[in-house]
Amino acid sequence: MQLESKVPAGPLTEKWDKHRAEMKLVNPANKRKFRVIVVGTGLAGASASASLAELGYDVDAFCYQDSARRAHSIAAQGGINAAKNYPNDGDSVWRLFYDTIKGGDYRSREANVYRLAQVSNHIIDQCTAQGVPFAREYGGLLDNRSFGGAQVSRTFYARGQTGQQLLLGAYQALMRQVHLGKVSIYPRSEMLDVVLENGRAVGIVTRNLMTGEVRSWAADAVVLATGGYGNAFYLSTNAKGCNVTAAYRAYKRGAGFANPCFTQIHPTCIPVSGDHQSKLTLMSESLRNDGRVWVSKTTGDKRAPGDIPDDERDYYLERRYPSFGNLVPRDVASRAAKQVCDEGRGVGSSGLGVYLDFRDSINRVGEDGIRQRYGNLFHMYEKITAENPYQVPMRIYPAVHYTMGGVWVDYNLMTTIPGLYAIGEANFSDHGANRLGASALMQGLADGYFVLPYTIGDYIAQAGPSGAKSTDAAFTDVESEVNERTRKLLTRKGKRTPDSFHKELGKIMWDECGMSRNAEGLKQAIQRIPELREEFWESVRVTGAREELNQTLEKAGRVADFLEFGELMCRDALQREESCGGHFREEFQSEEGEALRDDEKFAHASVWEFKGDGAEPALHKEELEFENVTLTTRSYK
Amino acid sequence: MKLTLRIWRQKNAQDKGGLETHQLDDVSPDMSFLEMLDVLNEDLLEKGTEPIAFDHDCREGICGTCSLMIDGVPHGPDRGTTACQLHMRTFKDGDTLTIEPWRAKAFPVVKDLVVDRTSFDRIIQAGGYVSVNTGGAPDANLIPIPKAEADVAMDAAACIGCGACVAACKNASAMLFVAAKAGHLGHLPQGEVEKKARARAMVHQMDEEGFGACTNTYDCEAACPKEISVEFIAELHRDYRKGLFSGR
Repeated sequence: MQLESKVPAGPLTEKWDKHRAEMKLVNPANKRKFRVIVVGTGLAGASASASLAELGYDVDAFCYQDSARRAHSIAAQGGINAAKNYPNDGDSVWRLFYDTIKGGDYRSREANVYRLAQVSNHIIDQCTAQGVPFAREYGGLLDNRSFGGAQVSRTFYARGQTGQQLLLGAYQALMRQVHLGKVSIYPRSEMLDVVLENGRAVGIVTRNLMTGEVRSWAADAVVLATGGYGNAFYLSTNAKGCNVTAAYRAYKRGAGFANPCFTQIHPTCIPVSGDHQSKLTLMSESLRNDGRVWVSKTTGDKRAPGDIPDDERDYYLERRYPSFGNLVPRDVASRAAKQVCDEGRGVGSSGLGVYLDFRDSINRVGEDGIRQRYGNLFHMYEKITAENPYQVPMRIYPAVHYTMGGVWVDYNLMTTIPGLYAIGEANFSDHGANRLGASALMQGLADGYFVLPYTIGDYIAQAGPSGAKSTDAAFTDVESEVNERTRKLLTRKGKRTPDSFHKELGKIMWDECGMSRNAEGLKQAIQRIPELREEFWESVRVTGAREELNQTLEKAGRVADFLEFGELMCRDALQREESCGGHFREEFQSEEGEALRDDEKFAHASVWEFKGDGAEPALHKEELEFENVTLTTRSYK
Repeated sequence: MKLTLRIWRQKNAQDKGGLETHQLDDVSPDMSFLEMLDVLNEDLLEKGTEPIAFDHDCREGICGTCSLMIDGVPHGPDRGTTACQLHMRTFKDGDTLTIEPWRAKAFPVVKDLVVDRTSFDRIIQAGGYVSVNTGGAPDANLIPIPKAEADVAMDAAACIGCGACVAACKNASAMLFVAAKAGHLGHLPQGEVEKKARARAMVHQMDEEGFGACTNTYDCEAACPKEISVEFIAELHRDYRKGLFSGR
């Protein structure tokens, strides 16, 4: 496997401009002769599909949801970063770049991150032009707020529904192109494999979730915008349908998969309430602007929070990290919460929780002021817990939220398979080992609106038409494989439900490959997961038929892939013998319990190559070169 | 908690369908409504019976996928709440609950509790957008927008496209859905340019899809999980009329 990053030469600040000037173009009249498949209609997929169609390409867009508008980007609450510097507080493209590289614990590619910061401002302009109702000041200009890992206010937001509003903007742009006949949209369609001819990606095979029809689609390029794999843990803040299937099948067809162990555990989620729990709900990080995180100073303190006087409270983030306080990055906040709970100071019936307290802010700006900022989040919290957060502090605990790892891509967002692209959360590129809050929306839209539409043209201009037809042998072969797999799932007639396997896998992943990891646990997981997989294929029970809406079959197919992919995550975590960002190896920590990075040995992306079922995957490395920033120990103290 | 559930089962669009009764003996009040259905489905699957198909995804009240009629009320008895955010503590031990899909000609049943809502997408395709291409947008702060106006736009933009308004309406009208989108864009200078044409195109598409007409009974507002105001319907009427006469 060749890992050529294709980062253009020249000074960092000029790379993207220079690259754009040098890329090959496709004549406007010729663009309509090319077809691009985009899988996924979240921020990255919808913005890419719309933008490519506007340029003149024919686009086939697919999503598993019943409407493109429901992709999980919609659930992002807090905001989107940009280097506009409207608040005049010293922000700049450079500072956004630097914060993102540092926040990612120096495990991302400089050139990609700089480009991301450069295009961030265009995103805000574009979304405003589409009618995204960003929050405004009384003077009519856009409002900003702060987020973790930054000391400037650069986050644009639309109440607590920023993801929804940005997605609706992109979705509406996409629907406009459907109306104009440039995009064909296929909801309730799941991509089950990618098809290659002569080493080039030329199409996909899908299952129509309404009718069960398995069908091939040919194109000149394929884009995966299929999101992250947080549901490998079963419980996460992802939507129930989020899955790794598309990315994992691409990996099995030869796409390198980078840093699968880099997963983000979000510090502010509502704690688990019982065995019936089906997913976890995030409380936006923006709450940490006004909420103070604390636990009692004494272990096993069973008093109600209001009965614990201030001098007996430990505001541990403010104590340990005085300069960033409650706004430390997510990985740091999550680990600190775990530590106090491990010490027996956790709150709530399970002891797995900490307080997020708004008392002081309510005293400062009033209940209405807080309601203005976070009304819908407080409402949601009360719905779920039956507690009123205006009166008692919220209880929060970390939960799996985002995956920084993903399909390896070069500077042009192309995977190791020519013609196959990965954008948004599905790729690995920009967030290193830890993503800063409000940067996922930025990256998804940067890739879809402002990067891919340029770089894919460069590829198409050089590679020319694929000439593939959906009746080619390459397609019918893959279709047969897909059908065989479905047949196997439907004929096991075992005793256990797909969900029971998913829960068991999730527990292994959370215990051994979650907030903190160690070699012994990871080795056990690597042994246990294949056993569970074997049991799955022997004794999974899937009812119903193939040629109909069959949610159990969908679920079983996704769980089957997680059962393979989980092992890859553990392998990656085992080989990375350092602690960086969201990846915390217990063997590598300072005396104060802070992460110890090893830049000598691990300043690289770990990229895995599939070597066949049952065979160990091969590890490749893309060395990360830092020419513009100095690698320092990340300190938020 | 013990519950009796009467659930709509329908094999496919052609099937006549009917209610099926299930008993649940151990429901935790902390479960969400959908988690209660998960428990039932796991139980059915373990017995080798096909689970009940229902739509759901984010389970945090924002994606708009879940679509259950609970005792004749879209999303159930809690105001301003989607079915996924509805918790079992709302109900009493021994209750009997009837669970059905959305009922509307423009939302045909696919299976059990799952309906086809692509008609909503086609309404948006008809004009629910601002016609701008990527690139070339002016600086976002070039046009100041009064905070109050931006807030009204956001109130309308909160629509999650679930279809509860249609399910609640005796005419199965999509007026609140259409009005919310028209109101969102119409209250912003960026969207005002195409306001009249948008109103006309979206209303025509709504009629085309087989949604009914609005007779101002406001069941839609009562059922809306995002509590979107019917005032937007009045605004839509006005813009639609203007659109008819201006020809733009």
